Amino acid sequence: MYDIVIIGAGPAGLSAAARAAYWDKERGLKTPSYLLLEGFNHSAKTIYRYQKGKHVMDEPGFLALRSDMPFTSGTREAILGAWDARTDDLNINLRRQVEVTDISGSKGAFELRTSAGEQIQAAHVVLAIGTQGNPRALGCAGDEESDFVRYTLDDPAEFQGETIVVVGAGDAAIENAIALAAYNKVIIVNRRSEFSRAKDGNLDAILKAIHDANTDLECRYETSVARLELPEQPGKPGAIVLRRPSGEERVECHRIIARLGTIPPRAFLEAAGIELGGDSIDATPTIDRQLQSSVPGLYIVGALAGYPLIKQAMNQGQDAIDFILGRPVQPVDYPLLQSQFRGLPYVLDAEDVLDLYQHRVPMFRRMNGLVFRELMIESRVIVSRPANACPAQPAGERETHVIPEGSVLFRPGEFGTTFFTIVEGSVELRRGEQTERLEAGQFFGELSLLSGRPREAEVIIQPETILIESPRRVLLKLMNSNPDIREGIDRVFKVRELKMAFEPNLTSEQLGEIADQLKVVELEAGAELFHEGDEGEQAFLVRSGTIAMYLAAHEGVVSQHHSGDLLGQLALMGAPMRRATAIAAVRSQVMVLDRQSFLALVGGRPDKIEALQKAASEQLLATSDLVSMDSGAKAIGFFMQQGLGEATDALIINENLCVGCDNCERACAETHAGISRLERKVGPSYNGLHVPQACRHCEVPHCMKDCPPDAIRRDPGGQVYITDACIGCGNCETNCPYDAIKLSYPAPKKPGLLSWLLFGRGPGPGESPHTNGKPGEGSVKKAVKCDACRSLPGGPACVRACPTGAAKRVSPQDFIELVEVR
Amino acid sequence: MYSDLLTWRRYRYLKMGAALLLVSVLIFMFQGVEYGQPANGGTWPGYILGTLGAVMIVWLSMLGIRKRSYRSKTGTVQGWTSAHIYVGTALLIVGTLHSAAQMGWNIHTLAWALMVIVIVSGFVGTYAYLHLPQRMITNRENRSRDSWLQELSDVDDAIRSNSQRCDADLQVQLVSALDATRLGGSFWRHLRGIDSSVLQPAVGQVANNQDQGFLLSLLSQRVPNARERREAELLNDLLSLVARRRVILAVLRRDARSDLWLKLWLVVHVPTTIALLLALILHIVSVFLYW
Repeated sequence: MYDIVIIGAGPAGLSAAARAAYWDKERGLKTPSYLLLEGFNHSAKTIYRYQKGKHVMDEPGFLALRSDMPFTSGTREAILGAWDARTDDLNINLRRQVEVTDISGSKGAFELRTSAGEQIQAAHVVLAIGTQGNPRALGCAGDEESDFVRYTLDDPAEFQGETIVVVGAGDAAIENAIALAAYNKVIIVNRRSEFSRAKDGNLDAILKAIHDANTDLECRYETSVARLELPEQPGKPGAIVLRRPSGEERVECHRIIARLGTIPPRAFLEAAGIELGGDSIDATPTIDRQLQSSVPGLYIVGALAGYPLIKQAMNQGQDAIDFILGRPVQPVDYPLLQSQFRGLPYVLDAEDVLDLYQHRVPMFRRMNGLVFRELMIESRVIVSRPANACPAQPAGERETHVIPEGSVLFRPGEFGTTFFTIVEGSVELRRGEQTERLEAGQFFGELSLLSGRPREAEVIIQPETILIESPRRVLLKLMNSNPDIREGIDRVFKVRELKMAFEPNLTSEQLGEIADQLKVVELEAGAELFHEGDEGEQAFLVRSGTIAMYLAAHEGVVSQHHSGDLLGQLALMGAPMRRATAIAAVRSQVMVLDRQSFLALVGGRPDKIEALQKAASEQLLATSDLVSMDSGAKAIGFFMQQGLGEATDALIINENLCVGCDNCERACAETHAGISRLERKVGPSYNGLHVPQACRHCEVPHCMKDCPPDAIRRDPGGQVYITDACIGCGNCETNCPYDAIKLSYPAPKKPGLLSWLLFGRGPGPGESPHTNGKPGEGSVKKAVKCDACRSLPGGPACVRACPTGAAKRVSPQDFIELVEVR
Repeated sequence: MYSDLLTWRRYRYLKMGAALLLVSVLIFMFQGVEYGQPANGGTWPGYILGTLGAVMIVWLSMLGIRKRSYRSKTGTVQGWTSAHIYVGTALLIVGTLHSAAQMGWNIHTLAWALMVIVIVSGFVGTYAYLHLPQRMITNRENRSRDSWLQELSDVDDAIRSNSQRCDADLQVQLVSALDATRLGGSFWRHLRGIDSSVLQPAVGQVANNQDQGFLLSLLSQRVPNARERREAELLNDLLSLVARRRVILAVLRRDARSDLWLKLWLVVHVPTTIALLLALILHIVSVFLYW
């Protein structure tokens, strides 16, 4: 029976174990009171699997490290080496290759079962297993990760002239098999009779490779793995015995690559009785201020708890042990909070301010202390004062922002990625001629945050007001982990959306009641909302994304509706027959309005009905304009297929003007540290309109979804850019559906103009830098993407450098013009 | 939304160029009227026109610098290029008026001649820029060059794998035709889009296979003589593959030719501009020596 069992020897787990070892030593215990378990054969699996020499960063810079394990930014080897050395020094009670499959029991008497069938008892459990999940194993003797059996493939070029068996039929297996087949004999083992789980592109590729006589790739369908014969010596071939419909087959091979997917931690957590904040896949477990989960005695730290950065995870590992042992913990972020609150008009300890604010705002009351604390640390505190009492110097990061009363917080048309909560005082919201006052406890800015569209109102801060401005990432995380907060924000979002679309004669309570009735439909890209020729009884309000209207007769798009637009309302205005098919051009959300709520919303407003009728006829006119331009409708259909429905600023090249000089790419490289962020040649074309591979600054940027150091930001002008805080993790590269982000080493510095001109030294202006593919000493791969030249006064260099005017940046509103006048 | 180089900002620089021309012609008209001197570069209207021309030449050659100043705040390169075309066209008249058609075997006429070469090559370039991109899209049927190259490689793979089922003679002919297909070739052939592909009718021999003609007629002759159905089908398949190959190669050749024309004129335009600038300096210096 151990006092504490820590599961997962990643940064958080190692740090926790080091702390437990420290207290054991302090207390003079001879046998360790704790046990650290790791499923893999090495500590810190995620980092271990990074490519050789990868530079690991130690963001966030503002946070101090508090751990008995060392950590500073450096190469993968240096960090792993330091951890291994410290693990030995402290003689940490670590057992590797022990996989915990099940946790049962309660505080004081937990029982852990391992995959080997062993049972381990513990009074407390610290879960530090991260979010990567464990790869699904082959499920037969000898299937531990080894040189012979592998569950990942970093570099297919590592193997040549071998016989390799790839097990699995998903995208990873297919991609690995095809890459390996270039230099090896490959056999891919598929449990089913077809590749049903693969993406279309991969499906075509694998079938082509299997049928191609020149590619050494065979497939065994309806086949499973019976057993393994491990090689007698490392480097020698072993064998795999396959169970086929016709009987067993023994295949001698050098290596087995098993790509059977991963077991997500979610199921494991639920089985242990831990509550999660919602049904979504990225929902995080609910934990309290002491890092304790809903199961008393079971603590969760690190990425699994929603803290993906190494330093955060290590701090939490240490804190968790201190909490378990009842030691006093002075939070590591206390000085940060103090600095945040320094400019407040009263003198209170940071912890007291925290408590005060949490109790003052209804939404904050529903959070647990830990989450609220993190929200505050990541947020800005804004205080209004009379203009003459404001400091001349603008506040730095993590300081109170004192601004003159009456200043404008944001204006219509600006893109915003933050969310404001009023703690004291009030703000005035102006939209057209309407004004509204929001008081303490209310929040605003959720519209831009959730729909991705620019701000719709002007907001002015009133005297003696205190606001909390929180970044998008923290808020989305909060909504993912707390259903109450998600519903609360969502309700306000709905009410304001309805207010904006209909300006109804209703009180907020009445509107709230309507909002509660309304259904919200989520549509994946390509999903149909309604079909041409159907009869409908509903209108729809687009909340986010873009709905395109297709006409079958024209095989093209006749109109597009962005967030905030009403569509299908003719069905409620006397013409129930749908005249076009509504399809989500990108992932979208729409609110469904039935006749009753529609009438309630427009009731008593004859002027509004008139305005709606006018808008509807304008829409019809625009539609018939497009219908008369057959190729125009098809071109817009093409843009929608390219996902440009969610773009705000996309580069489109008119091939009728483009002479292929590549001055656009050169201009991009020359204004962005030698690396072009656009690839002119790559990308599809339709009817002379070319969509090159370049960032289109999406309404709701996919890249911003999962950036651990919050390095991706958006300007009020809409430009999405990456700051220096990037740690090069590659999440944004993976999340971008348009391949607009790349990880790359910085380009070497170019020589001066004269030394190039006179001595021919290095690449000249506009020439690509000579890198020889080798990065400079100590350089780090970081994500690079288009920033729409936000720092250049003249605007995007690619467009301005085009000698023939072929390159233009456009938003979806310009598409009609684009296909019309050419 | 898009406008080409000539129509940029509703012909802004056409209007300015025309105004410039009008002024130049008026200045030219002055000479001989009051002073009774024959028209010449040395009269005061001649000097004004000459100065104007020299300033225009220097400004025109600045496009090369502006094009590479990627952080420049001065307008767009398209605007500069549009102005470049109209001012350059006007320069042809301004320069000629300055010379007052007095030609001879001297540095002055050399400068004028170089100027004319630069401007005429510029006309070629303008024509190419305005018309070739569209012609290239039509030729490539709205597909990218890479996709045509990909199709060519797919067709080649298919021919290669089918050839393994043919007799040895035909196999040599087919494979050698694939290997000895020339795209491009010498500058001249490239420019005129001539196909210099060959093949080996038998090992060691070489025959002309322009536009895959040899192979097509060979296969057409063999189809009717096939002994069995399988062979006839194989030969028919090969025939249609080679026919498709001819189409793809023709598209690629035309594409490469247009692409070459888009760049070729610059090879004349830019070096001649440098020569012109040097000749201009000599011309001005030598004129001062006359004084």
